[in-house]
Amino acid sequence: MPTQLTPAEVQHVAMLARLKLTPAEVADFASQLGRMLDYFQVLNEVDTEDVEPMSYAVEVRNVFREDVVQPSLPRAEALMNAPKTDGQCFLVPQILDGG
Amino acid sequence: MDYTVVIGLEVHVQLQTQSKIFCGCSAAYNPTQPNVQTCPVCLGLPGALPVMNRQAFELALKTALALNCEIASYTKWDRKQYYYPDLPKGYQISQYDCPFSKDGWLEIEMNAETGETRRIGIIRAHLEEDAGKNMHDESGGKTDSQVDLNRAGTPLLEIVSQPDLRSAAEARRYLEELRLLLTYLNVSDCNMQEGSLRCDANVNLHIHQDGKNIPTPIVEIKNLNSFRNVELAITCEIERQFEDWKATGRRLGDVPKETRGFDAQRGVTVGQRGKEEASDYRYFPDPDLAPVTVADELIEQLRSDLCEFPADRRKRLAVTWQLSDYDVRVIVDQGREFADYFEAAAQACGDGKQACNWLTQDILRELNERRLTIAQFPIRAEVLANLLGRIPARQITNKSAREVFLELLNDGGAGPITSSRIDEIIAARGLALVADTGALEQVITAVIDKNPKAVADFRGGKQAAVGALIGQVMREAKGADAQVVRELIIKALQSG
Ligand SMILES: [Zn+2]
Repeated sequence: MPTQLTPAEVQHVAMLARLKLTPAEVADFASQLGRMLDYFQVLNEVDTEDVEPMSYAVEVRNVFREDVVQPSLPRAEALMNAPKTDGQCFLVPQILDGG
Repeated sequence: MDYTVVIGLEVHVQLQTQSKIFCGCSAAYNPTQPNVQTCPVCLGLPGALPVMNRQAFELALKTALALNCEIASYTKWDRKQYYYPDLPKGYQISQYDCPFSKDGWLEIEMNAETGETRRIGIIRAHLEEDAGKNMHDESGGKTDSQVDLNRAGTPLLEIVSQPDLRSAAEARRYLEELRLLLTYLNVSDCNMQEGSLRCDANVNLHIHQDGKNIPTPIVEIKNLNSFRNVELAITCEIERQFEDWKATGRRLGDVPKETRGFDAQRGVTVGQRGKEEASDYRYFPDPDLAPVTVADELIEQLRSDLCEFPADRRKRLAVTWQLSDYDVRVIVDQGREFADYFEAAAQACGDGKQACNWLTQDILRELNERRLTIAQFPIRAEVLANLLGRIPARQITNKSAREVFLELLNDGGAGPITSSRIDEIIAARGLALVADTGALEQVITAVIDKNPKAVADFRGGKQAAVGALIGQVMREAKGADAQVVRELIIKALQSG
């Protein structure tokens, strides 16, 4: 029996990703995301007793750069891909909750 | 009904680096030219790879050592995920379960008279990147907000205290001491107006009732941008929570943690619209950044490079120069350069008390009036010391020294002020003390001869009669020390 997410769980994840889903999509994702979790269940079966948790894919440590200023992008290039600008700033729909 | 106040502070401080934390863009404060300090890394463009700034990491380590923290031998970077327009990647690179430091403390002075101190615990200090800046047109009409990403990716150190603070004044004191330490260490300019030092306060009360301690719901007050506002906001919040407790009886756990802002104009904290599911940040290790292992040698090297801390400096200055706790507090709390100036002047003139009086009174007053920092003050320490040295050397009086001091300041812009300028002013104004007592005695003899009545009065027991004689001698012998003149006249009258 494959895992099935509840509609509320799907809605929660969608909200965190700022996605608006139709009821049909919620139903779809409930089973699709459930199948993904099942794959992780497979990983969970591996015996990891005495294995250190790993947070980085390769055995590299301490990669630093020196504190030297490099040229930045010209403003026009920085703004180039934005859906909306005023030539100086990125423009986004008004933010209501401050911060 | 009685209660204990419980406060913990989260302080964000911008580290003083040239470039940003994960890219080479300038970290300079530049609000007037938006979006000129960005690159693919800090814009969060696909495929861009962040690389840790060594200087930012070492400044952070230095601060943690000064805060008596334990340094983790292994630390890594995590992604804190949330959507906000000032966060281009959709996540902030921060540190979650392996911060580079934890378990420290900062000592604060609670009472200047008794010297009573308290250790405030530090839960952790970790590194993260700053977000950009959103600007809202408050005038209405406009439907869009502007986003400037110059600040996105500048290095931030977050310092989280234990809930050890017991009053609004104590919270302010902690923040002031922390700021002083950070500026002494040169890790941040801590400019609160420019946002280099920002503070959030977690506040609740423990109500004592029927032998029990009942905690009220914890409230986080966000974005406190001055010492004054930290103290005011907490004071208002304490009152509000106590009223709320009396009205509703709500206690910790009855409602979710609330975030409030401070409206300084109205003097109240205001509830912010709850960021729903705010705590669901789904942290995971950032696969783009290599973890860091900190070698003991690096820690020892940084530790040995640390400067003297403000608290230690206060103690040393008090002992070395026999100054009061109050005096050393004024000197040290003005910042490292001010204390350096004091020590240079005290050493050069050999009189710490005299140097202290001049710094804490005359110089502080002039700095305030002229809106200068000690670094910009036109009279350098060695010139001040030269001036002060002339007082015990009986070249000029204390009063004349003040006159010279003001004249030096009024000279204005004509090159650096040197000690030879002091000689010129003394000569031009005839302030030189008549050090030759032979010459002074001649003047006194002449004055006594000219004033038989005053002399007779004095000898008849009218002590005040000597005043008229002193005045005449002072007029004749410019720059004479009134005390010396008085002594010489009395001696002459008693022997005559
Ligand atoms: Zn950049």
